[in-house]
Amino acid sequence: MNIFDRLMSFDRRWVFLSLAIVCVGTYLWDFSVPITISEEARSIYDEVAALKEGDMIYMSVDYDPNALAELHPTTYALAELCFRKKVKVIFGTLSNLGQGMVDQVLHDISDSLRDTATYNGVFYEGREIVNGVDYVFLGYKPYPAMVIQAMGLDFRVPFPTDYYGTPIDSIPIMQGTKNFDQCKLVVDMAAGNVAEMWITYGHGNYGVPLALAVTGVMGADMYPYLRSGQIFGLAAGLLGAAQLEKLCDNPGRAMDGMRIQLFAHILIILFIIMGNIGFLATRKLNKLK
Amino acid sequence: MKRQLPLMMVFVFGFAMIIQYFIPHQASEWVNAFLMDWMMIIGVFALALGIWSLIKVSWDKIKYKKPNWEYAIVTLAGLFLMIFFGFDYFRHFSTPIGSDNYMYVHFYRHIVIPIQSTMFSLLAFFIASAAYRAFRARSLLATLLLIAALVIMLRFNPLLGPIQPIMEKFSVWLLNVPNLAAKRAIVIGVGLGMVATALKVILGIERAYLGKD
Repeated sequence: MNIFDRLMSFDRRWVFLSLAIVCVGTYLWDFSVPITISEEARSIYDEVAALKEGDMIYMSVDYDPNALAELHPTTYALAELCFRKKVKVIFGTLSNLGQGMVDQVLHDISDSLRDTATYNGVFYEGREIVNGVDYVFLGYKPYPAMVIQAMGLDFRVPFPTDYYGTPIDSIPIMQGTKNFDQCKLVVDMAAGNVAEMWITYGHGNYGVPLALAVTGVMGADMYPYLRSGQIFGLAAGLLGAAQLEKLCDNPGRAMDGMRIQLFAHILIILFIIMGNIGFLATRKLNKLK
Repeated sequence: MKRQLPLMMVFVFGFAMIIQYFIPHQASEWVNAFLMDWMMIIGVFALALGIWSLIKVSWDKIKYKKPNWEYAIVTLAGLFLMIFFGFDYFRHFSTPIGSDNYMYVHFYRHIVIPIQSTMFSLLAFFIASAAYRAFRARSLLATLLLIAALVIMLRFNPLLGPIQPIMEKFSVWLLNVPNLAAKRAIVIGVGLGMVATALKVILGIERAYLGKD
């Protein structure tokens, strides 16, 4: 076996080992990576940043822990920005393990909101967020397409009570809130086809202004909806989350994870280049023979 | 009657929902909300069926000592433990107090989250290995795919220096032109296929959902 054959046929365990070393190494080595902002991520930030005190948005946390690394930072960044600006948030989930995700976000953000903070030059006093006043968590219901359609009619159809069992009508921020008409926008953090259901039923049926935060692999699939105006913004993968964290001036796990992703990508590219050098050289040698 | 009744119901409700969609009236909205309720109720039965099916398949595996039957014990234990804790040790059936149960929360945070995250993280290693083997410039189309993949991966890479903005522009073009054209063609094709299939079901041409009996 000559060197070109070797380049083409590395044992996959070497690939695994190299990637593990790169991931652990870059995790331990603390440095920051410059983040370039895309137009589609900026659109989300601009819309959320333009909301005024007392406005209301709907945040759909439609992912399970398997997509936590890519989507949790977006949820944290946007939810914190809303609460800092005293924008009211209705949380819901159409993913069966999403309840724990929302619970975790609310728990962690409640803590961080107690501290004062300055984001993008704006000073925010620390405060307590109150369930039912600043936010409501509707909980989970199966069959996303039906739930989205039902919420478009009235939140009370699929969710007569919130996640904690409180009747919707007795929750202060839900008084006078019937359906998406009272929400300035909907942001869906999705790891699956729920994103397309929001486009079809949420935007299609009820015309809700919709933004999506999706996993990296789903990103390319969402571009047609972005260009057709069915969604006004898109944050795809860890990069999208890091862009939103940077725009919110609230660095978190996504910006931290970008250095790992950056070097992991470089390693994969190096392996691809090596494989191709081996492949092309072997083909050339075979032709010469 | 066993076949005619479902066919009639599908025909009536199928057309009712189509017509309802185009009537922006309060009565039409009421019908929609009413049927949504029904759909969710029927959906819950499917959930119960799923749980029953999981129990039956797992129990059969254990009973007949089929290959990897040990894992079925873990599946059933996980299912029943989460139900047990979720109902707060069977003390609260009609309130959501169970979702705050100490064990329920800890099982979720310290077992479900790490397991799911780990499973998904493992994909990175398999994707790296698959990319190394699959992305070979074997033909013109394979080379184009290879170039597109490299551009997308490198588009926001700050280590590229002055080439990075070019990569970014090229990636934006790739996503907004060839990718968008292909994706739109697929979406429109699938959409038309769905309309055709739905019409076949509503009109009773497609009857596979009725089963063989």
